Amino acid sequence: MPINDWFKQREGRRYTVSGQGCAEPATDGVPDGVWRSCPQCKGTLYQGDVARCLSVCPHCGHHFELIARDRIEALVDPGTFAEIDGALTSADPLRFSAGKPYGTSLERACQTTGMTDAALTGRAALGGHPVVVGALDFRFVGASMGSVVGERIARAFDLARDERRGVVLLVASGGARMQEGMLSLMQMAKTSAAAGRLAGAGLPYVSVLVNPTYGGVTASFAVLSDVIFAEPGAMIGFAGPRLVEQTIRRSLPKGFQSAASLVEHGMIDDVVPRVELRRRVSTVLDYLMPAHASGADAASGTQGGEL
Amino acid sequence: MARFVMEFERPLAELEEKLIALKALDIATTPELAAEIADLEREVERLRVTLYSALSPWEKVQVSRHPERPKTDDYVRGLFDDVVELRGDRAHADDQSMFTALATLAGRRVMVIGHNKGHSTKENVARNFGSPHPEGFRKAERAMRLAGRFGLPVVTFLDTAGASPGLEDEERGQAWAIARCLETLAGLPVPVVVAGIGEGGSGGALAIGFGDRMLMLEHSYYSVISPEMCAVILHKDAARAPESAAALSLTAADLLRLGIIDEVVPEPLGGAHREPDTVIAEVGLRIAAALDALAGDDRADLVERRYQRLRAIGVYNEAG
Ligand SMILES: [Zn+2]
Repeated sequence: MPINDWFKQREGRRYTVSGQGCAEPATDGVPDGVWRSCPQCKGTLYQGDVARCLSVCPHCGHHFELIARDRIEALVDPGTFAEIDGALTSADPLRFSAGKPYGTSLERACQTTGMTDAALTGRAALGGHPVVVGALDFRFVGASMGSVVGERIARAFDLARDERRGVVLLVASGGARMQEGMLSLMQMAKTSAAAGRLAGAGLPYVSVLVNPTYGGVTASFAVLSDVIFAEPGAMIGFAGPRLVEQTIRRSLPKGFQSAASLVEHGMIDDVVPRVELRRRVSTVLDYLMPAHASGADAASGTQGGEL
Repeated sequence: MARFVMEFERPLAELEEKLIALKALDIATTPELAAEIADLEREVERLRVTLYSALSPWEKVQVSRHPERPKTDDYVRGLFDDVVELRGDRAHADDQSMFTALATLAGRRVMVIGHNKGHSTKENVARNFGSPHPEGFRKAERAMRLAGRFGLPVVTFLDTAGASPGLEDEERGQAWAIARCLETLAGLPVPVVVAGIGEGGSGGALAIGFGDRMLMLEHSYYSVISPEMCAVILHKDAARAPESAAALSLTAADLLRLGIIDEVVPEPLGGAHREPDTVIAEVGLRIAAALDALAGDDRADLVERRYQRLRAIGVYNEAG
């Protein structure tokens, strides 16, 4: 197309910030049953409406917590997610004895979440690109990184490198899992090393930080991505706000460690509402995925032959 | 000079003071004094052995924090020649809590990177008590890259309570700075030898704290979290740190057993600060031996082996 026509075609086009983009409130008369209140706007919301909006308040845009599987399903191309490494489960290598027994915490977390540990990973397609996708679930021992989380994340990077896929991780975490002691701390080095090898192989990695992301996870794979996005309202940092407050002995400025302030300080690329996330990440992959990696069987999340 | 006395050492310190007082008396006027001094010396020695041959994890943490314990700059002065200190992160500041230098260990040219605690309050304030800011980690990462480009092996000294948790540290990207160190260190095409000489506090230690050969002094520690903070999280009571220290498996012996480090360097009875020169020399010998053992290795093999070493760390079950 001649460049003049191209400009003409764009005339009148304006950049607009899209609204929350969620579905219309239910009109089919079916009672949605449970209702909840929004902590931000104090509005009363029908659970069904909230669910249709990816757990975002249709009035004020407050982002409710999402479980890992729902986060992944909301991000990747429908029906393409295929979990990997689900058989890994946490041991209690130190027989950690101080406080509540670690084994008990693990058991309860498995029961309440139906997960085998805090990280869920698998192959998927995103905007047609072959990716390995993962999400951390804060309900599982605060999405802390022990041996299993570290191993799943490292395997995710390794698999992506082997199969020429991009990596997209939805990260939340309270930090290292202290019940696994130094085995846990070393997962920071392990996952960072794996992220570095993916980068070395010329494959893209996008991370999306959700509320809250702290400690050893922030200080390792979470921020070693090529592009970093965060959800609105996410709190992100290394040291927790209380520790920082104790250190400086005065109260913290408003917005400290918020996703918006991290954009201002140059630490992340943008705050992206949940409903826009799929399009945004997929556009990034359009730019960064090497051409030869995005062809053929990309639409399939399951291992696609030669991919 | 008055020696810094740790809580668990108090009974020993009291006897030692008594001994010094006795020795100050005039032996010529009180002949029975000689026998009394000899008895007390035996008693002091016995107590020292009892105390130090079975230090609890929490007691080791205290020894590792002893203000007179040899610091990174003591090792640098004692072991290295032709030291060219490299300063600044080329972005914001020079963080003196992190020391980086080109240096030569008995003929071996290396890059030294170490947490830099001070010897006095004044030094400690200037060095933020050895807790690096983001610019400290960025300086370390700059030194790593330089070493990688010019084929200089990296020798690191760990001695930090942890990364600095201040407001500006957060705003300037503490987590980002640490993560970048981890990625760079993992991929360095030169041998990396790590010496834990004091405190190994969490991510701030790990940023320069893994490599191809890892040694730790007997009474140093390396931990995912400080015992005090762990106790606060578990019991809302920092006084229960001794329990946490035991639960965290943070001693050199624990970490050897877990396969995270390769060797434990014994300390003289009473801790490294009792005979600093001996300890510094021993650490130097072991670093030199590690460097020599790694010297001939192919660079690509080195990086691959380091990766496989990291990948192997972790304990989990895998069903099916
Ligand atoms: Zn609302």
